[in-house]
Amino acid sequence: MSKPLAVNGDTAIAMAWRQINPDVVAAYPITPQTIIVESFSDFVHDGIVDTEYVCAESEHSALSICIGASAAGARVATATASAGLAFMWEVLYIASSMRTPIVMAIANRTLSGPINIHCDHSDAMGARDSGWVQIFGENVQEAYDNTLIAFRVAEHMKVRLPTITCIDGFIITHALERFEPLDDDEVKKFVGPYQAIRPLLDLKNPTTYGPIALPDYYYEIKYQLAVAMENVFEVTRDIMAEYAKLSGRQYDLVEGYRTEDAEYVVVAMGSTSGTLRYVVDQMREQGHKVGTVKIRLFRPFPSDDIAAMLKGKKAVAVMDRAMSPGTGGALYSDIVQSLYSMEGAPKVTNYIYGLGGRDVMPEQLEGVFEEIMAGKGDRINYMGVRK
Amino acid sequence: MNLKELTHREVRMCEGHRLCAGCAEPIIARQVLMATDKPVVVANATGCFEVSTSIYPFSSWEVPWIHTAFENAPATMSGVEAAYNALRRQGKLDQEIKFLAFGGDGATYDIGFQSLSGAIERGHDFLYVCFNNEAYMNTGIQRSGATQKGASTTTCPAGSCIPGKREFPKDMTKIIIAHDLPYAAQASPHNWKDLVGKSRKGFDIPGPAFINVISPCPRGWRHDGSQTIALSRLAVETCIWPLYEFEAGTWTLTGESLRIAEGSKEKKPVADWLNSQGRFKHLMKGKFTSVADEIQQNVDQKWDQLIKLCEM
Repeated sequence: MSKPLAVNGDTAIAMAWRQINPDVVAAYPITPQTIIVESFSDFVHDGIVDTEYVCAESEHSALSICIGASAAGARVATATASAGLAFMWEVLYIASSMRTPIVMAIANRTLSGPINIHCDHSDAMGARDSGWVQIFGENVQEAYDNTLIAFRVAEHMKVRLPTITCIDGFIITHALERFEPLDDDEVKKFVGPYQAIRPLLDLKNPTTYGPIALPDYYYEIKYQLAVAMENVFEVTRDIMAEYAKLSGRQYDLVEGYRTEDAEYVVVAMGSTSGTLRYVVDQMREQGHKVGTVKIRLFRPFPSDDIAAMLKGKKAVAVMDRAMSPGTGGALYSDIVQSLYSMEGAPKVTNYIYGLGGRDVMPEQLEGVFEEIMAGKGDRINYMGVRK
Repeated sequence: MNLKELTHREVRMCEGHRLCAGCAEPIIARQVLMATDKPVVVANATGCFEVSTSIYPFSSWEVPWIHTAFENAPATMSGVEAAYNALRRQGKLDQEIKFLAFGGDGATYDIGFQSLSGAIERGHDFLYVCFNNEAYMNTGIQRSGATQKGASTTTCPAGSCIPGKREFPKDMTKIIIAHDLPYAAQASPHNWKDLVGKSRKGFDIPGPAFINVISPCPRGWRHDGSQTIALSRLAVETCIWPLYEFEAGTWTLTGESLRIAEGSKEKKPVADWLNSQGRFKHLMKGKFTSVADEIQQNVDQKWDQLIKLCEM
């Protein structure tokens, strides 16, 4: 174990990349992701890594380069945010369909318009159905740990899917926090050498990548994607257990805090989970039976784990840092469908919050608990908005 | 290099593809693929050529081939080449490989222009070949930035008020040359020796190379499928599509275009070109004949400019 450092989330991701030393990195800078590619550029230009680093002319090309490199037989990483992820949208689906295990860091930032560089999860929600595994991190330590875990999940032979690791823009990307990296040797051993499957550069077995598949085959190719996604649950759990032995940090797909005897639970993803634990502690001191759930694995969605954790609760509030105008948040829908077949399922309400980087204050989250404890609140609520 | 020798080259793109009878694209592709003895990896933009050679579970490709989307074949190729460099450096690959990307004029002039420009600027070592059939043929003959003025397409039809496309095509080869890349050329499949020779240079010269090839399309141009090679020759003879190359900063006319410039071959009138295809039929009589004159003037002007660039 290396000694603790104080770095921001972007730098921690670049440090993970340095230790992994991917064969190819292709990216296009966008706030608040830029520190990742800037830090990594230093490693490349100082000869600390031997990665082929391609400064693409756009995010669309950056991901296209990653797909080409991954298909060719390389271990590949990239990073983006907001409009950059939106610009990649078309190619996201191609990466997953082609089963290229690219690892991508997302510095969660809202989408224009109006143009705004601050945090919400609108960008990641846009990639929700693209066939990428999505892992959310809460802090700098998790930005780093999730990156190492993501390479193992993506490249696992039962998975072979591109994987996104999310951290909240500015809140985590730019804030200094204490964190403990692993030693370089430990990371190398944990991540292991890359194993390509039928690489394009295998001249003895020429492979056609990306053919046109018509109605007679398209559906089966998509079904294989669904099967691979199902495998992610077990694979990720195993890798997290292995990582816990190495790092002393045990993670899970979904993590509850003081939920065992809680009657009221608030669910969130990303940095807000830390604030929620603080609020839960405060309210517990006042004698309220409250708890909170953090979703780490968002795709595939661990419905069974969530159902087990929320069983028997009186009421649940789901915090969505993005919205589908006209219907609320994506996380809300996922939670509701996870609980629907449960007998005596808790009442679930939705809170849209923090859009465009709007601050999230502990008192506001306390207000959410108070509303659900009082049986109040609409199906869809807009926390902190001026109406 | 002679024809007999070329016919003994390994088949890299095999028969059985679904391209139309008379399509110039497979003729061009096979000539380009004959131009190197080294192993080739191909990237393909979405388009007729891609959909017709890769209908799953079949493939016309005897060499590694990748398609991702419409506008990003140069980026995809950049990634393959970057992986090749990384793996070579690590000693995991030892064979020299050539990288080739194909795109139509839609992928090259319009939607994929940024990707191509970026890949050339970054200096990836690959050859990009444009099949220029002067419209989006795969989606049903819609106008592109390469469509000739006056041509009738499904999005700029020959109407009673507007006679086809209103604008001249952009000069993509010159735009690519403005990147100051190591090698760029225009070619035509009727002159196989010229096209194969240029492709060989494109493969052999380190860094990015670009060849823009005129590619007659019987469906889109409204001509008989038997006339494909005759029309590609006529494009050169009328100076609609001059053959030239740009190498290490120097412009040189080649093939029939060189002979026309030297005066040993007749420069045919553009009217011959317009008359040969249904897409220009409406310009040959009635109120829109002035458009035909404008095209002739434009061709003459550009031809004179090209002769100056080639210091003839």
